[in-house]
Amino acid sequence: MKELVNTLSDPKYSFTGVIIGFYLFMKYYRTIGTVKFFISSMIIILGVFIWMMQDPNFHAIIVWPDNVPIVILLFAVIFFTWFSIYKAAINDARIEGGETPVEGSVENREKVWTWPNLVYTELMAGTLCVVILVIWSIFLKAPLEEPANPTWAPNPAKAPWYFLGLQEMLVYFDPWMAGVVLPGLIIVGLIAIPYIDTNPKGNGYYTMAERKVAMGGFLFGWLALWVYLIIIGTFLRGPNWTFYGPFEVWDFHKVVAEANVNLSEFFWIKGLGISMPSNIFLREIVGLIVTTGYYVGLTLLCNRSQLGSSLMKSLGKIRYYLLILLLLTMGLLPVKMYLRWLFNLKYLVAMPEFEFNL
Amino acid sequence: MAKKQSLAQYVANTQVWKSIFRHGPPNNARNRAAVIAGNVFLHLHPIKLKRSGVQLGYTWCMGGLTFFVFLSLTVTGVLLMFYYRPTAEYAFNDIIALREHVPLGIMRELHRWGAHLMVITVWLHMFRVFMTGSYKPPREFNWGVGVVLLVLTLLLSFTGYLLPWDQLAIWAIAVGSNMAKATPFLGHGGPGANLAQIGDFVMVSDKNDVRYQLLGGRFVGEPALLRFYILHCVFIPLVVGLLIAVHFWRVRKDGGISAPL
Ligand code: HEM
Repeated sequence: MKELVNTLSDPKYSFTGVIIGFYLFMKYYRTIGTVKFFISSMIIILGVFIWMMQDPNFHAIIVWPDNVPIVILLFAVIFFTWFSIYKAAINDARIEGGETPVEGSVENREKVWTWPNLVYTELMAGTLCVVILVIWSIFLKAPLEEPANPTWAPNPAKAPWYFLGLQEMLVYFDPWMAGVVLPGLIIVGLIAIPYIDTNPKGNGYYTMAERKVAMGGFLFGWLALWVYLIIIGTFLRGPNWTFYGPFEVWDFHKVVAEANVNLSEFFWIKGLGISMPSNIFLREIVGLIVTTGYYVGLTLLCNRSQLGSSLMKSLGKIRYYLLILLLLTMGLLPVKMYLRWLFNLKYLVAMPEFEFNL
Repeated sequence: MAKKQSLAQYVANTQVWKSIFRHGPPNNARNRAAVIAGNVFLHLHPIKLKRSGVQLGYTWCMGGLTFFVFLSLTVTGVLLMFYYRPTAEYAFNDIIALREHVPLGIMRELHRWGAHLMVITVWLHMFRVFMTGSYKPPREFNWGVGVVLLVLTLLLSFTGYLLPWDQLAIWAIAVGSNMAKATPFLGHGGPGANLAQIGDFVMVSDKNDVRYQLLGGRFVGEPALLRFYILHCVFIPLVVGLLIAVHFWRVRKDGGISAPL
């Protein structure tokens, strides 16, 4: 059983599970957004969690002080995702029946006094927050390791947990992508959301049915990429950033025979059986074509599709192409993940001469 | 009972009390308006607002909690600063000494776990704002301000991570700041950096690239500690405070908490 969990939690398999789960989530959100579903799945999740905590290796990594916030984050994300879906499901049913969403009901449109209504809520929330922080601080000491020693690096050396998604991306990308370009595009993309999403519906209330595309895009990036990669990077990456299942000992001896190959080597050496051309651009021609094809080809394909053409109409050219560009760049990550797992592909384009590896 | 009430009445009638609270108890419309309008902190709120916007189930109070945690971090952070010197010689030992010297002995914990908590609440706040579609017009700009606040929150946490000056700290920052050296054109290991060469002269090198500017050196050493300390304790909190002011102002100017049109 534990063996199975160890194997299945390898991103190679678990990521596919996450994608399937995400699809089911989007499709059956009305069933998921019920109290019954929440309680029963919470029982299962907590049961599994408690069972897993019996294992000394898993226990050790969970209670490591700086990892505790991630456990809190994880449960908070589960709860709040469910909660907003629960509210969305109620509203969607009301909207279908010709009613306003709950937030727009006559009673809720009524104005109430800030004092005491809001002030008390804030006071209670603040007090609860202090209580939680104090209890947390009394029972969990802040970590302090050996004094800084620039000549001896711990293994694994990990960034703070909220950046571990980026560090995990280093498995698939060079630092200029994982650490600079992709985070930069995340920031730009987030800021651009209100300017790209012109759908006037779903402003000021929870809903899913009225803005499925926006929801799908955002939630996939947030849950299936950002949160998921943080969890992998924190709990399942040991020495040398090797994958360790939740019940495995981080024993430094695990050697993963990984011979990753560049696309150019696939093409010239394995495919054509000749040595690689010396001209850099000729050498990398396949990768350049594939990468351009990924962006241009998929954009053209998208333009043809029904969803694409209707989006193009409603958004206009600039918004539409910006959206496609951002989505395709986000998509590069899963694409490279699968290429790695299926073909041991290292780089699509490898130009170490310019430090340009993709 | 009667006596108690009269005591309260007595206090409420003293010159001191009246000089502070310029209105009667907030149990009628006039005074409820006055209590909000007359207090500099409470007047961040409107005097009345839609019931939907007050409900915990709508906002989760997440933005408010983020602000609240930020304030707690400011207070605990100032207390820590009394005992901490940002030099390679003292930093680590000061952190150890903190345990004994700072009142209650959990100040460092409050500050560290508070920092983690703020990252969590700011993420959840953004998540809520997305789920209610509150970034849509007229709130596009405030969403952008929010994204910048989110990035700054992460940077605050990141710069603070170095200050204990232990193995965990310097290597986490080393991992993080190594990414900066791969910045296209601006980092010496980034794509395009070696294009900027004049003869033998390399324009972008490890002695002047973005990582060098960030760390004040080629590795995480004492200059980096000082830089991170100043960024963490002075610069970023000031910018965050300023942007929070803009953020709150805009929440009001954009029509208060979002609600169906
Ligand atoms: C230091 C970080 C932040 C603080 C202290 C903060 C604080 C607040 C507060 C107190 C509110 C009032 C409503 C509520 O509590 O939910 C609010 C609303 C809002 N925040 Fe933030 N926020 C922060 C970061 C962000 C981020 C990261 C985003 C989005 C990317 C964001 C976008 C918004 C928007 C659009 C509103 C208006 C929501 C509405 O009208 O329903 N904020 N913020």
